Parts: sequence; structure tokens; C-alpha cells
Amino acid sequence: MAQVSLRRLTKTYDGGVAAVKAIDLEIADREFVVLVGPSGCGKTTTLRMIAGLEEVTAGEIRIGGEVVNDIPPRDRDIAMVFQNYALYPHMTVFENMAFGLKLRGFPREEIARRVDRAARILGLGELLDRKPKALSGGQRQRVAMGRAIVRDPKVFLFDEPLSNLDAQLRVQMRTEIKAVHQTVKTTTVYVTHDQVEAMTLADRVVVMNQGRIEQAGPPGELYANPATRFVAGFIGSPAMNMIPARLVPTAAALAVALEGGPTLPVPAERTARYAAHVGRDLLFGIRPEHVTEATRTDKPNLAPIDVTLDVVEPMGMETLVHFRLGRTSVCARVDPQAAGAPGEAMRLAVQMDRMHLIDPATDRVL
Amino acid sequence: MDAATSAANRDFPKLYRRAGSLSRERAWALRAAYASLGFAAVIFLAPPVYMLITSLKTNAEMADQSLSPWFVREPTLEHYAAILGNPLFLGFFRNSIIVTLIVVAITMAVSVPAAFALSRMRFWGSTTLATGVFLTYLVPDTLLFIPLYQIVGSLGLLNSIWGLVLVYPTLTVPFCTWIMIGYFASIPKELDEAALIDGASWLQMLLRIFVPVALPGIIAATIFAFTVSWAAFVYPTAFITKPEAMPLTIGVVSQLVRGDTFAWGQIMAGALLAALPPVVVYVFLLDYYIAGLTAGATKG
Repeated sequence: MAQVSLRRLTKTYDGGVAAVKAIDLEIADREFVVLVGPSGCGKTTTLRMIAGLEEVTAGEIRIGGEVVNDIPPRDRDIAMVFQNYALYPHMTVFENMAFGLKLRGFPREEIARRVDRAARILGLGELLDRKPKALSGGQRQRVAMGRAIVRDPKVFLFDEPLSNLDAQLRVQMRTEIKAVHQTVKTTTVYVTHDQVEAMTLADRVVVMNQGRIEQAGPPGELYANPATRFVAGFIGSPAMNMIPARLVPTAAALAVALEGGPTLPVPAERTARYAAHVGRDLLFGIRPEHVTEATRTDKPNLAPIDVTLDVVEPMGMETLVHFRLGRTSVCARVDPQAAGAPGEAMRLAVQMDRMHLIDPATDRVL
Repeated sequence: MDAATSAANRDFPKLYRRAGSLSRERAWALRAAYASLGFAAVIFLAPPVYMLITSLKTNAEMADQSLSPWFVREPTLEHYAAILGNPLFLGFFRNSIIVTLIVVAITMAVSVPAAFALSRMRFWGSTTLATGVFLTYLVPDTLLFIPLYQIVGSLGLLNSIWGLVLVYPTLTVPFCTWIMIGYFASIPKELDEAALIDGASWLQMLLRIFVPVALPGIIAATIFAFTVSWAAFVYPTAFITKPEAMPLTIGVVSQLVRGDTFAWGQIMAGALLAALPPVVVYVFLLDYYIAGLTAGATKG
């Protein structure tokens, strides 16, 4: 068990490609941190530097207070689960899990005890004598996790462990990973490009983009209060609508004039926060789930807008409707009963206290 | 699509011909495959079959021009008895076995670690070195034996099987290293990384992960090294003139000729016996040559 801390961590590849640019991150003992971002954002490189599989160009990595920059992977007391499992094909499930312990010279009974425990946690008891090729994808991924668990390391590192599984299994394994973490409580760094995985698993989500940390925080915080345009667009599915808009003063407070759409009143408590930006070109950010059918009355600060539906996508539990405001296509999530047909007019309501204003010059959320 | 402006695919009969037959195409492909395989089999099997037939004939039958060379009328094992009772021939056999076993051992001991280093440890000049290893293999032994004669001679190893043991690896090591580089390259990088994190040293990684996983490749390389040193002809021809140091390949053709009399029966029997060990090695090792040993290591 240990905390991990990254200070000004930098990786520049030969040829000058900067993959990770001086990031700082403190990961607490027992914390489950997910690094998430699009491909090439530096999340996997960061993980591999923590593992010791990539050399650090500059900065510092500490595991349990000890600087590990120059310590080889085997002496960092970490365990890693790879995207493609990386099981030893010529060894049985038992041997795969026992390999690391054997190399370290653990006594036979201790190895058996640990493998047994891991197999029980992961439900692998029946499969210990099988070779990897006789296992399904989910079982292989479980063996890969078992190999990490038996080591009882300071830190678990996961590199997109669910990307190779089909959708259904992915959801199931996600729950299992969370359950395993609740059982063994090892500090975990988990890399994924899937924001749903990030939201569901993490104690804290770290959104990375172009080698930098955009924002780090609990999943709910990132969802409710994204700090940058990138985080606002990346977290949440379907993505947040961003509509060009201008902040205008009204008699009582402020309002946003949407390009090609209506002018909507800004909640009074935000007047002071936005006052300095009146008259500027901004982006009005609103999540699809915060644009609903107007008949819904249980939410405060609803502003009505009248639209003509372009595309209607029934999802079962809810229906996504798309319409245009000026040049922007906007998505809303409505009750299946309330959704009209394409081409029909519909009155929607925007939950203005869930709105965001983004400064396109700095890409910061105001 | 707008019906007025665009035509349907069927309006282009030259592009969309009448449908063919999948089963008929398959049948023709099979016939063509069997025809070419049969042709190749005849070409490759004719010499050994001819050797076998000739070795079973009496000298009189061999000399009789009126008989078909492809049939045996009075089969005899006299040539086999003669050659197996010939201490010179048994000496050739022993020389070939000693040289080949030692050369195979040296080749594997050098090329497996070399291939591992060249494919996995990135160091300064490793790619150049890997290419260089292969290029050395491209220099034919018919050119190399001239300078090698000087070297072997200066070491006092002419007319000694140890000269061959020294020289054959120059043929086998580069090619086997090249084969093994290819095999090791097909092992996913994550396997070494997993082993590194599990606490393996480079040597442990090689012995406990790479060698077992690349076993089919190692067997292929072993077969190659065995065949090359068993069948080597140019080097022993150049370096060995004393009958007692000769391997089979040159012993059979040089020592079974008395003046200008060719003991054809014994030559054929000897050549056939000489060809037997590689066949046995193939059959024995191919049982272990299980393709797809890496299946299950990673997805896809």
C-alpha cells in the first residue's frame, strides 16, 4: 500500500515528440485513480513511466515516498495488467499467477496460499490447470488480474484492460474490477480512453489531453463542473452541446443570446460570476440531459425553447432528439412519450442552473 | 439515389457478369493444387527412388543395358552388407554425427541469445548488426572457402573434423539467428514487460519465457543447422583429404571409387543411408513442431 506522486513528470521521445509535459499528480494510498483522454494524450506513457517500462525524461516519480526514477520495474513493487493480457502461453493459469512469486523465491506453501486466495476472489478455482488458450477473453483478463493480486504490490497499474472485451463482458468486468479494489484496497492507477469506465470506476478521474492534465477530480465533480472546454466535451455521453452565444444584460440580471436561437435568462446567483464577460462571444454549454421536454416541471430555472426536430433516436429509457440552432446541431434527451417525429415542432426546456459558459479564447469554463 | 440520373448496377452487364459457381471454382483450385504438388513430388522423389532401386540390384543387373533401370528383378542386400561392413564407411558416419551434433549445439548456444539480444535489447547499432548478420549469410561458401582455407590451415586443423566444427557455424549461425530474430519478434512485447514487472532478469526472461514460447522456431532452426552441417560438401572437399577424417558427403563419393571403377551399388546404398538421419530428425522433431504455440498469450 502506498501513495504515488508525480512531480513535473515529462517524457520526450527521440525526435522531440513530447508525450507528457511536466504533469503533477498526487495519488493517495488506496485511491483508485483513472487517467482518461483521447489516444495520444500521454496517459499510457504516464502509466508506463510509473511502471518503469519507459524512462523518465525529466521530473520525479515517487512510490511510497521513495523516488523510483532509476529503479527497474521488478524492484518497484508494482503489478500491471495489460490490454492484451500478456499471459505466458506455455504456463497454466496457476503457473502464470505463481511466476512472479517463484522468481522472488517465495516458499511453495505461500505461493499456493496466495494463488488460492486470488483464484477465490476472481472465481478462477476451476481453471487453475488450464493453459491460456483454453480460456475465454474474460477469463484471461481475470488471470491477468490474478497475476497482479497474488503479488500483493504497492500499486496496481491497469493499461486499458477492458478494451479487448466485447461490450457486455466489458461492463461485467468493470464491476468485477471495482469489487476487487474494494476487497484488496490497493492503490490503483487505471488508464482508459472510455469516459464511462473512468466515471464508474474512479475515486478520482484525471482527464489528460496533449500531454497535460486538463482537470482532476471526483467523477461527479468533473461532470458537474468541468474546468475546460475539453473536459466539458469529453466527459458525458452524448457530449455537451456547445452553442455560440453572447452574454447580454437585461433589466433584472443577465441573459445569453444563442446564435440563431432564443435569449435565455441566466440564473440570478450567477450574475456576479459572469458580469465581466457581458458582450463577448462565448460558448453556451448545456448537456443533452439538461434540455428536456417542457412539460417536466420538477426542475427550477427552466427556460423554454421552441425547436423543429431533425433526427429522433429512441434509446428505450429515453429518446435523443436533434435540432438546429443557427449553425449548431443540438441534442436533447427527452422522455420517449414526449418525443415528436422528425420535422415536427417541439417545446423543450433548458435547465439554466446546469448551464456553462466557455470562453473560446482561453477554452476555460467561466 | 435519383432514378432519373443514376443507373442500377445491372445496367452494366460487363461489370456485373452472370454469377459464377463457388463450388466449381473451388474444385478447379483443388485440381490445380494437386497437379502442381504431384509434379513437384515426382521431380523431388525421382532421384532417391532411383537410388533405392539401384542399390538393390546386383552388379550384373546394373550393367545389363537391355533391362529397364526402374525395375529390380533379383533384389539383393549385398551392397548394404558390404558398406556396413566397411570400417571406412562407419568412420564417415561417425565423423558426420560428431561434427553435426557439436555444430548444432554451438549454433543454438550462439544464435538463440544473439537473436534475443538483437530483437529485444535495443542498443547502439543493434539494427545494423541484425542486418549485418544476415548479409554474412549471403556470401556463398564457394567463395568463403578460399580465405577460410588459410585460417583453418594456420590453425593446423586441415584434415581434422575440428576444422569443420570451427567452420560450419559460419554458415549456420547467421541464418539461425535470422530465423530466431523473426520468431522472437512475433512474441508480443507485453510478454517481456509482464516478465520484467514479475521480476525476471534478462536471462530468466530468455530461458523461461522466450525459449519455451519460441520452441517451434528453435526446432526449425535446429533442423536447418542439422541439415546444413550434415549435407555440407564444399568445406569438407576443400579441407579434408585424409579418408579417416572425412564426413559422409565426401567420403561416399570419393572413397567408393576404385581407380575409374565406380562401385555404384555401394555408392547408392551409402548415399541412401547418409540421407536417412535428416529424415529421422525431421520426423522426430516435427512431432514437437506444433504451430500456434503462442495462441492464448494475447488477444487476436
